[in-house]
Amino acid sequence: MARHGRIAASSAFLAAAAAAFVLPDWMISLATIAFANGLVVLGLIVLWRAGLVSFGQALYYCIGAYAVALVGRWTGVSDAVALVLIGGISAGLVSFVVGFLLARYREIFFAMLSLALSMILYGVLVKTESLGSTDGFSVIVPTFFGYAPHQDGLLVALYWLVLAVCAMAALLVDAYFRSVAGALAVPVRDNEIRVEFLGMSVSRLIHTKLVISGVLGGLGGALAALAVGHVDPNMSYWTTSGEFVFITILAGAGSVGPAFVGSLLFESVRSFAFAILPQLWQMLLGSVLLLTILFLPQGLGSLITRLRWRRKVEAP
Amino acid sequence: MLTAFAILVDGLVYAAYLFIVAIGLTLIFGVMKILNVAHGSFYTFGAYGAATAVGIYFDRGLPDAGGFLLMAVFAMALGLALGLILERGVMRLVYGRDEVVMVLVTYAAFLILEDVVILIWGPGSYATYQPLLAAGNVEVGELILSNYDLGLIVIAALLAATSYWALKFTRYGRLLTAVIFDRETAAAFGINVRVVYTVTFVIGAMLGALGGAIMAPKIAVTLGIGVEVIVLAFAVVAIGGMGSIEGALLGALIVGICRAAAVHLVPQIELFVIYGVMALVLLIRPHGLFVRAQPRKI
Amino acid sequence: MSAPILAVRDLGKRFGSMIAARDITVSLPAQQTVGVIGANGAGKTTFINMITGHLRPTQGTIHFEARDITGLPSRAIKGMGISRSFQVAQIFPSLTVFDNICVAAAIGHAPKHVIGHVCTPLRSRESVAEAETLLDLFEIGRYRDTLAATLPQGVRKLLDIGMAVAGSPRLLLLDEPTSGISIEEKFDLMQVVMSALRNRNITVLFVEHDMEIVERFAERVLAFYDGTVIADGTPAATLADARVQALISGPKAKRAAGSVADV
Repeated sequence: MARHGRIAASSAFLAAAAAAFVLPDWMISLATIAFANGLVVLGLIVLWRAGLVSFGQALYYCIGAYAVALVGRWTGVSDAVALVLIGGISAGLVSFVVGFLLARYREIFFAMLSLALSMILYGVLVKTESLGSTDGFSVIVPTFFGYAPHQDGLLVALYWLVLAVCAMAALLVDAYFRSVAGALAVPVRDNEIRVEFLGMSVSRLIHTKLVISGVLGGLGGALAALAVGHVDPNMSYWTTSGEFVFITILAGAGSVGPAFVGSLLFESVRSFAFAILPQLWQMLLGSVLLLTILFLPQGLGSLITRLRWRRKVEAP
Repeated sequence: MLTAFAILVDGLVYAAYLFIVAIGLTLIFGVMKILNVAHGSFYTFGAYGAATAVGIYFDRGLPDAGGFLLMAVFAMALGLALGLILERGVMRLVYGRDEVVMVLVTYAAFLILEDVVILIWGPGSYATYQPLLAAGNVEVGELILSNYDLGLIVIAALLAATSYWALKFTRYGRLLTAVIFDRETAAAFGINVRVVYTVTFVIGAMLGALGGAIMAPKIAVTLGIGVEVIVLAFAVVAIGGMGSIEGALLGALIVGICRAAAVHLVPQIELFVIYGVMALVLLIRPHGLFVRAQPRKI
Repeated sequence: MSAPILAVRDLGKRFGSMIAARDITVSLPAQQTVGVIGANGAGKTTFINMITGHLRPTQGTIHFEARDITGLPSRAIKGMGISRSFQVAQIFPSLTVFDNICVAAAIGHAPKHVIGHVCTPLRSRESVAEAETLLDLFEIGRYRDTLAATLPQGVRKLLDIGMAVAGSPRLLLLDEPTSGISIEEKFDLMQVVMSALRNRNITVLFVEHDMEIVERFAERVLAFYDGTVIADGTPAATLADARVQALISGPKAKRAAGSVADV
């Protein structure tokens, strides 16, 4: 973002925060979840720019969520900021370790391997009775620097926390996109062999992106866990990853803003669809996705049609 | 010893199930390079179709064999119709676009079809146990094995043999192999790739539906079966190598035996054994067991 | 007489029982322009790949500026000052020409550590300045905002070479710089390249199939055949060599004198 873009974004976040005073509760709830998910989508965008589509971001989402739930249950720590940080760091650590393996894969195999890893976690969680198996378990009620809000106060506090985390993430990721490591995403996507020959380690670049997306996924999951008050293995299921990918398409993944705008859009459409046509909301979502792919290249165009440009451009 | 035998049988049955489900998917991927998420829908339609067929046929005093046949035919008809509609109606619109776009289109189709199932069959579940009962059991030593399960193994073996023979020895099979190997060159030689795509997609759809029909008596035919099956099929295909039928067979066998072993010996890991195997295989052979990576020349 | 910038001794590469290169011993003084000729499969690309670290030699040594670089990975070798361009131009199609070179420059200037990569902007003053300079030198400035995917072939090749020159390498290997270029344009292209490289303290080694280009621009010629060097000398001498004529270039008509590179 150019400077005016950053100012616009900051204003947007401030406006969103101020809106808490006028919006009805259900909207604040929806926005909270949407923004938390937006963090995961932001992580997807970081990878997407480098040509990598992860079908397993749910892994980090789930790790962040369960970390919060477990720490709350085992240690009684309830400070929201601490919990969210723990969630993000846990997921980041896993992505760091996993990254050594994952950074070697591309295209469909990257997608499949990331999918496999998230499904492994799912399998583990479902079979673990002490973690509630398929039912999951509840999350401790968060406090904020010693202050324990209730009801509406809690709702707004969580909302503001999510907004604050998103704003910081947005600024940091945007700066990252302008740095050497971040900006090299597109060259890597276009022609990673040349990037290597120019002297930059592509696997290290990708490893960095994997960690960033892991941390973002974990933060999102942690915040979602606090907002919803419950975690379950479904957070690691492939359909959860699919939703995040869906949002990325809907929004168009060129920069930071779409992650949150797209997420808000998705949550709104989903709630709306669920309210109007509870039996057919998947059909609605699917149709929206299909129509977007077919007719709204802006959402997709600049990213997807160039996603594998090197295949389409013929070398004379 | 009994446990070892039980593991073997269970493993083979599960492998048969995986292979039947995965063969259509790997075929479509091999020829069209599309990872078809809607494959889960073919399976679902096949299962529900079989449920309908069973409901119509069984318990009327008609010979059981006819029931099995009806199930299969009905499911495959559904697969044919669905495959045609999907390929000609939707996929055709996005050919030439990026691979990932194609996958996402199939994902969209899958979402839509999930609800079409509700529209047609409602949200309830169907019990289709009659064929299972009709097939009866056989005693092997201390184990009681279901004939239906054994039949599954036979069907899978037949399917593997037939597809192998078809690909290697029929004219169409060899055309298909050419297209799998290099679409552009095949087209340059005059092969009508468009037609090959449609036929392949439809065959894949029919196989997927057949898989659903065959499995229907063993499972509760209800919402969400497609969701589970897709990831399993993906895993088998990834293990075996995309587009490789031998790979799908070997992958199914490996996963089947491993999972059966897990169920009997280490139940905690049963659910994710398949993904663990997949991760391991991809570690050693990044493109699956049977497919060679194409190195890029500069 | 200063030490040679590149000293290759008894270099060889075998793949199982197939010998791609053998007994190559060559010494290049700094800032020399060397042409490499030979039929396809003669070992030229293997030679280049071994120098750039893309292939690990199975025998022999390579010394760059008196340091042993034999078997080092390509990124390390790039970092030491050896760069290459490609027979098929390897560029970034979805970026503009300017961005292409800027990326190359930024990588060339990038600090060594990951943290540095994250903290340094891509379009730093340094990188932008170098990109502008290179655009001028290679005479592709008027394409600066054009998407690389839409470039004509000649400009692609120049861009590819320009990217290799970013970061000021001291040894530049050009793999068939004029391949895919029409006959009328080959000379002009090579002229632009050589002018751009003049006064940059670069030793150039270029692989070429067009003997006239070699005569015109090389100070020295290495002739490869069957994995090894069969002739090494001035263009005039090498191209007059009977073996070279028999195996590589074909017989020549008598030509006017004065074909030593005088760029």
